Amino acid sequence: MAARSDVSRLRGVARLRAGLKGWGGVGAMAALCALALAFVLLLPLTQSRGGGEPGLGGSGVAQGAPARAGQCSEGTAQDQSPAPSSASGDTIEAIRKRGHLSVGVDQNSYRWGYRNPNNPSVELEGFDIDLVHAIARNIFGDDYGADKIQFRAIPTNQRIPAIQSGRVDMVVRTMTITCDRLNQVSFSAPYFRTGQQVLAPKTSTIKGYDRTLAGKKICSAATSTAHDRLAADQQAGKIPATADISLTVPNQLDCLVRLQLGQVDAVVTDGALAASQAAQDPTVQLKGGTFTTEYYGVAMKQDATDLVRRVNRILEDYRGDGDWKASYDKWLSATLGKDSESATPPTAHYK
Amino acid sequence: MPTMPVVPPQPGPPGRPASPPPAPAPPRRTAFAEGVDQLRAAATTEPGRLRVIGAVLALLVVAFGAVTAWQTTERAGAADDVLHSSQPLSSDAADIYRSLADANTMAASGYLAGLQETRETRERYENDVRTAAAKLVTAAANSEPGSPSAATIAELNELLPEYKGLVETARANNREGFPVGGAYLRLANDTMQNKMLPKAEDLYKKENQRLREDYGDATLYPWAAIALGLLALAALAWAQHRNYRRTNRVLNHGMVAATAATTVVLLWLVVGHTVARAGLNDSYDHGVRSLNVLHDAQIASLKARSDENLTLVSRGAETKELKDGTVMDAYDWGYDQEIEALARTLTRAGALADDPAGKKPVQVANSSMKEWKLRHSTARKDNESGEYQKARDRVIGTSKEQSTSVCFDNVDTSLAAALRHETNEFRASAGDGLDAMSGLTVGSAALAVLGAAGATLGVGRRLSEYR
Repeated sequence: MAARSDVSRLRGVARLRAGLKGWGGVGAMAALCALALAFVLLLPLTQSRGGGEPGLGGSGVAQGAPARAGQCSEGTAQDQSPAPSSASGDTIEAIRKRGHLSVGVDQNSYRWGYRNPNNPSVELEGFDIDLVHAIARNIFGDDYGADKIQFRAIPTNQRIPAIQSGRVDMVVRTMTITCDRLNQVSFSAPYFRTGQQVLAPKTSTIKGYDRTLAGKKICSAATSTAHDRLAADQQAGKIPATADISLTVPNQLDCLVRLQLGQVDAVVTDGALAASQAAQDPTVQLKGGTFTTEYYGVAMKQDATDLVRRVNRILEDYRGDGDWKASYDKWLSATLGKDSESATPPTAHYK
Repeated sequence: MPTMPVVPPQPGPPGRPASPPPAPAPPRRTAFAEGVDQLRAAATTEPGRLRVIGAVLALLVVAFGAVTAWQTTERAGAADDVLHSSQPLSSDAADIYRSLADANTMAASGYLAGLQETRETRERYENDVRTAAAKLVTAAANSEPGSPSAATIAELNELLPEYKGLVETARANNREGFPVGGAYLRLANDTMQNKMLPKAEDLYKKENQRLREDYGDATLYPWAAIALGLLALAALAWAQHRNYRRTNRVLNHGMVAATAATTVVLLWLVVGHTVARAGLNDSYDHGVRSLNVLHDAQIASLKARSDENLTLVSRGAETKELKDGTVMDAYDWGYDQEIEALARTLTRAGALADDPAGKKPVQVANSSMKEWKLRHSTARKDNESGEYQKARDRVIGTSKEQSTSVCFDNVDTSLAAALRHETNEFRASAGDGLDAMSGLTVGSAALAVLGAAGATLGVGRRLSEYR
């Protein structure tokens, strides 16, 4: 068997050799060899891509606690503050020891708390800021100075967490006293009276919070009292169903931008803040009176009773000696008026 | 003995009705069949066979030349597009993207500086807007009407003046001392970061896609031409072998010339294409990929910088709730995202940089980024503890030891240097690739004609012996 296959193999080779004999003069084999050689030599070049990262563009590339029923009613929420006292307790001692009062404020509310970019020191100024200075002046007495206050920019939705966590001693930031909030923080006696109000261009047909809002686009800040009120009143038929209240923005000031850009016809917000917006644009004005009554208070930690009483004492003096009035005249009377319901300090009632 | 049960007879297949198949009418003969018959008739004589062989050889060589010319033209065209059209367009799209992000950063810095806004910041902002507008015009001219790219460009063209209007209104209000200016700037920033930049990124990705397609077209092996070349060579070899068997003559000059010409074209094709391919692949690996990563890094650094500025402009006006329920300043959050993206892209850029000249600027950018992060955290601490003025000085001040603006500038200039270097690398490699293909089309066509002529003459010489 083996012998036979050897023979046949030999015969095959012989046949091949004979067959190849005639190819001798032909460059074909040489050409093929050259071609093969070229491929082999260039092989490394053909492999140069690879390794590293896979191609381009790989990165390609997002509440409130329920109000305690029975104890608090919205109409008298502002009357829940403890009686004034000038005694110092643990909280006040701790603040004195620390050397500064930490206050949560707004830095974007014109005439309330804002930084004037044209003031080289870029100090905060406004009605709320004046009150903070009065409080610090009283707490630190003769030691009082600008370095005794630490102003912290607190976003609206962070006011209560900032107080609860102790990041700030108090919030003086156009904060309305409500039953809901009273469950989480303590408030001083009210220091300002305001209410929701409509802001619109002077030439607008809108007359106030009424039927003239029909078919108009109304802007309010997301999760604000204004937006909740608009939704509830539209449901109840107090404002026309054709009013479009769908646009909400992160901050009430963004509403003024939308109003100026013509994307909305009116803004609903606290009268105090609406006035602050009107102060930045002479072509808009407050329309109609306030349609709710709200009171601003200084918010503090719930167990900081000594501080709350002290602030109430300070507020009594602040109202009494004309400082309140002076601050109002300086920041607010131009837009809110000399004899509006906001122009006099609210009367304090204590618990 | 029991007998096996008898199997009953199985039913046979049903009888088919025996009908004779109808005699088919002779079908009409096609021209092709007739041609084949004629050829078959011609092939019965040696001169006839020689004629057929000559024609087939000439046809094969000419076809090889033609396919080679066609395929190399296509590849050279694609390579030319890479170098002179799609890469510049991709780079233009990157410029639009970068200019817009840069304009936004300059607007935020200028706003925050207020009275202290420098002339440079203002001019850089204006230049960015001009660059973006000009490059949008080029991009529009190069996009096909009705294509998604054209739509994106049109939208960007509409948004740019809107954006600029918002920035100018912000500036005017800030000069009056009105905080509503900050709200305008936030809206401008929102328009830029959430509407314009995604569109610009989209445009940039589409141009990159086009670039990648051109690369694919240019580096595709010309298999059809190679196969035809090998076939032509095989046919020539067979014909010469046949010639030798019949006449005992070793060389037929015409056919040898045809073989030589075909071999040269085939070698030229394979070598030229492989070298070109290597050059182009090199330009992709060392140029385009680095460029893409560096562009990404630049955008991330610009976004981080504008967020850093806006934190101090917005002063808590916008918040972002994280998944775990904690609430952060929206711009602090944005900064953290972007600076992380910058760190990631710089690591990738470092890995892709293949020479010291490319590595160095990336290293500088990386160390500046780390310093920036460090200084930013100090500035943030200051801001959070109510030291607004200190924080602002750290962000827009010019102190070499403290200011984050110095770090940002360092990142920005080193990334620009790295981009320049990688663009040059790309041009050099892609240019080499394109050069390797030059002359191939004309050369292969000419040589194929020569080869075909050789084959025809060679066969003709044999044929003349029969006259």
